[in-house]
Amino acid sequence: MFQANSMTLITGSADQTAKLWNVETGAQLFTFNFDSPARSVDFAVGDKLAVITTDPFMELNSAIHVKRIARDPADQGGESVLILKGPQGRINRAVWGPLNRTIISAGEDAIVRIWDTETGKLLKESDKETGHKKTITSLAKAADGSHFLTGSLDKSAKLWDARTLELIKTYVTERPVNAVTMSPLLDHVVLGGGQDASAVTTTDHRAGKFEAKFFDKILQEEIGGVKGHFGPINALAFNPDGKSFSSGGEDGYVRLHHFDPDYFNIKI
Amino acid sequence: MGDVLIMNEIDATANRLGIDLLQVDLDSIQLPPGEDLGIISDDEDVYEDDDQEVESGFGNIIVVDNLPVVPKEKFEKLEGVIKEDGLWMPVDPETQKSLGYCFIEYNTPQEAELAKEKTNGYKLDRAHIFAVNMFDDFDKFMKVPDEWAPPEHKPYTPGENLQKWLTDEKARDQFVIRSGTDTEVLWNDARHLKPEPVYKRSYWTESFVQWSPLGTYLATVHRQGAAVWGGANTFNRLMRYAHPQVKLIDFSPGEKYLVTYSSHEPSNPRDANRVVINIFDVRTGKVMRDFKGSADEFAVGGTGGVAGVSWPVFRWGGGKDKYFAKLGKNMISVYETESFTLIDKKSLKVENVMDFSWSPTDPIISLFVPELGGGNQPARVSLVQIPSKEELRQKNLFSVSDCKMYWQSSGDYLAVKVDRYTKTKKSTYTGFELFRIKERDIPIEVLELDNKNDKIIAFAWEPKGHRFAVIHGDSPRPDISFYSMRTAQHAGRVSKLTTLKGKQANALFWSPSGRFIVLAGLKGFNGQLEFYNVDELETMATAEHFMATDVEWDPTGRYVATAVTSVHEMENGFNIWSFNGKLLYRTLKDHFFQFLWRPRPPSFLTPEKEEEIAKNLKKYSKKYEAEDQDVSMQLSEQEREKRRSLKNEWEKKISEWKRLHEEEKMERQMLRDGEASDEEEEYEAKEVEVEEVLDVTEEVEE
Repeated sequence: MFQANSMTLITGSADQTAKLWNVETGAQLFTFNFDSPARSVDFAVGDKLAVITTDPFMELNSAIHVKRIARDPADQGGESVLILKGPQGRINRAVWGPLNRTIISAGEDAIVRIWDTETGKLLKESDKETGHKKTITSLAKAADGSHFLTGSLDKSAKLWDARTLELIKTYVTERPVNAVTMSPLLDHVVLGGGQDASAVTTTDHRAGKFEAKFFDKILQEEIGGVKGHFGPINALAFNPDGKSFSSGGEDGYVRLHHFDPDYFNIKI
Repeated sequence: MGDVLIMNEIDATANRLGIDLLQVDLDSIQLPPGEDLGIISDDEDVYEDDDQEVESGFGNIIVVDNLPVVPKEKFEKLEGVIKEDGLWMPVDPETQKSLGYCFIEYNTPQEAELAKEKTNGYKLDRAHIFAVNMFDDFDKFMKVPDEWAPPEHKPYTPGENLQKWLTDEKARDQFVIRSGTDTEVLWNDARHLKPEPVYKRSYWTESFVQWSPLGTYLATVHRQGAAVWGGANTFNRLMRYAHPQVKLIDFSPGEKYLVTYSSHEPSNPRDANRVVINIFDVRTGKVMRDFKGSADEFAVGGTGGVAGVSWPVFRWGGGKDKYFAKLGKNMISVYETESFTLIDKKSLKVENVMDFSWSPTDPIISLFVPELGGGNQPARVSLVQIPSKEELRQKNLFSVSDCKMYWQSSGDYLAVKVDRYTKTKKSTYTGFELFRIKERDIPIEVLELDNKNDKIIAFAWEPKGHRFAVIHGDSPRPDISFYSMRTAQHAGRVSKLTTLKGKQANALFWSPSGRFIVLAGLKGFNGQLEFYNVDELETMATAEHFMATDVEWDPTGRYVATAVTSVHEMENGFNIWSFNGKLLYRTLKDHFFQFLWRPRPPSFLTPEKEEEIAKNLKKYSKKYEAEDQDVSMQLSEQEREKRRSLKNEWEKKISEWKRLHEEEKMERQMLRDGEASDEEEEYEAKEVEVEEVLDVTEEVEE
């Protein structure tokens, strides 16, 4: 996750650490140590705090750690300001809510949770009936933080209000969703996924069938797809100018796509 | 509805605990002995109906009458004949002789019944034939009034109109689908481009569902037996048929009878399975006849199906459910449904018969006897009239390795596919014997493909028509040829219409009214579909339903359904196409098991009336076109409305968020130490020039 000024990068790793890096020089600035693999990381508004999630490991449950980020790397310490425990299973994504007042987490138990950063209390949980039915794999915030998109192995993605956790939209597709992202320019939502390699029993003779599917954000209807990967798509990100996006997949390829002028004129 | 509610609760509990009910092996659950946890077993329902007489407490006692009257000395001898514990022979106190009858008590009423069946009528000697009755029966017979009173007259309550679905104003067809634990019946509403629900139920069946041949009933299969459902507007259970562990069912074509089949493990593992087949009257639920035996008796000829038996074991024929026949060893057993016994009380003896097939319309059986004695006795195909058992036509075939019979749907033609050995006996080539059934003396024509060595992949007659299609060839893209049994130029001879070369197809699906056909490439071809017009001999459309496993025309021939079932893990669901290949709508359903159109009974219109309608089609179609227009305008209006409201809702949300965002602006600035970098939407790309020292070299001048 990049800081707002793109000077510092924070990464989480299965080697049970999270690290701060200087983007220009590539130098490591600081290492946070944990007792289990670190998975999801996010800078808070103002970049003075970061949230890091750790996986369940041996007897340890999964947890959400909040760390203070010093302006000057030399002052950086490793202590947690707050540790949240509770969700069952792996937490796949945790991000800051508006004004850093809340932390939003989602993971294996298919429930989206909103925590109070000051007290550490659980404020809201997504409804079992209307929420996701399987592991939530991915989460993407809108640029202004007012809403966010979750993608799940239950072959759907859902759009939520970040303040109230109201379920606003659902997008249904045919394959489990591994990655989601929203266009910063148009009202488009992109889902990427595909069946896990270990579960595939028939070889797909149509190479490159795995698509990044575009949906109209408001009408919830599929607009089209971008083919090319021949393995499940695991990561998606829009260029902040909204004119291109990149996708990364199980096939080991990262693809950069630039949109035709026609893309910007799509009307359903 | 009580059952459904309880299941919902169970579902909810399972979800909460994270248990996938479909994975739970219900059979492995063992209740503590004697405990039923207060849950009423479904089985008890069925048994309760039978055991209503057992309340007296004397249900396990029988009375044996007509015993010889004997003095005490002979008691033991007499008792020796009826030796059982619990025997009481009353004695006349005056004569000290037995009174001629005795009472015997058994452990259970079932044992008593069995004893009564076995011993009633037993001849001890000429003067003494046992008359054995249940003790309770005496009570019943004593109660019979001396005067006959006419039975009570129950007022006539008309049943529901089971054919109501045919009167749908929009002339839609229904279909049933099974996905996950749900079974749903829906209308195919092609105008609205989506299905309309009729009835849905979870756990409606325990394994599969099946429509009756004329569409009146939907049959479900359970551990205790089968059941049929139907009704005017919804599906009520009309009748139950008890048959524990039933595995397969079959309706007679007129829906009068239901045949059920089960196969049971024998007590001695080396024996074959035990097979039980019941034939029920559909409307009353009464067992008309049962067949019990070893699986060997039922698995003759043909290809093995479930547990080695090819289903259906009994094939119906002769129209109006008149006859049913079974293939046996060296015989065909033909039964008639007046008395459910063999015609002429014996089977039709045909030495070495391998396969037989009924005409779909007439009481004629075609049968095939393979070659014997290394070529000494040639193979033959015969047509036999039932019930006379007279052979109508016969043809000897030489060098035959295998044979398959295909009847045309109106019984006009029979095609026999014959695989013959080449002279070297190393390979086979195929030809067809075509019988013209309705013509005098049943002429037979021999047809060979242009390339004799082509393997036949599929063959199908045009329903109600004179044409047939054949997929042949060895390559990964075989050819498809169309033939007609009567063309204008050659009235009495089969002639080829056309050959389509190099098609990705391995299955043929004619429309039920003929004229159109779907050439499908299933399995290895992954769902290629070609919609072909056989009248014009041209392709109407090519399409694809990726990984389709099933293709089925609706009973009117207007629509085609293609489905991907749970054989595949992904993309389960079904598509509905128009007859000419336009995709109308698709529905995705995970864990998709079955898609079945509801059959229609044959039309009541006379051929003359049908012709009149065809002539005046333009007049009739005007009315429907107008209706279609209305609906499509309505649809687009509805669509637009929906979109407008969605957009409005969204606008409201956006403005709400904007407002909150504005309010929080101050706080945000503070978090960033006073930096007003709110315009993060428009990010700035700054190009920064950085000077980097790559290398330092010192040059020393000498």
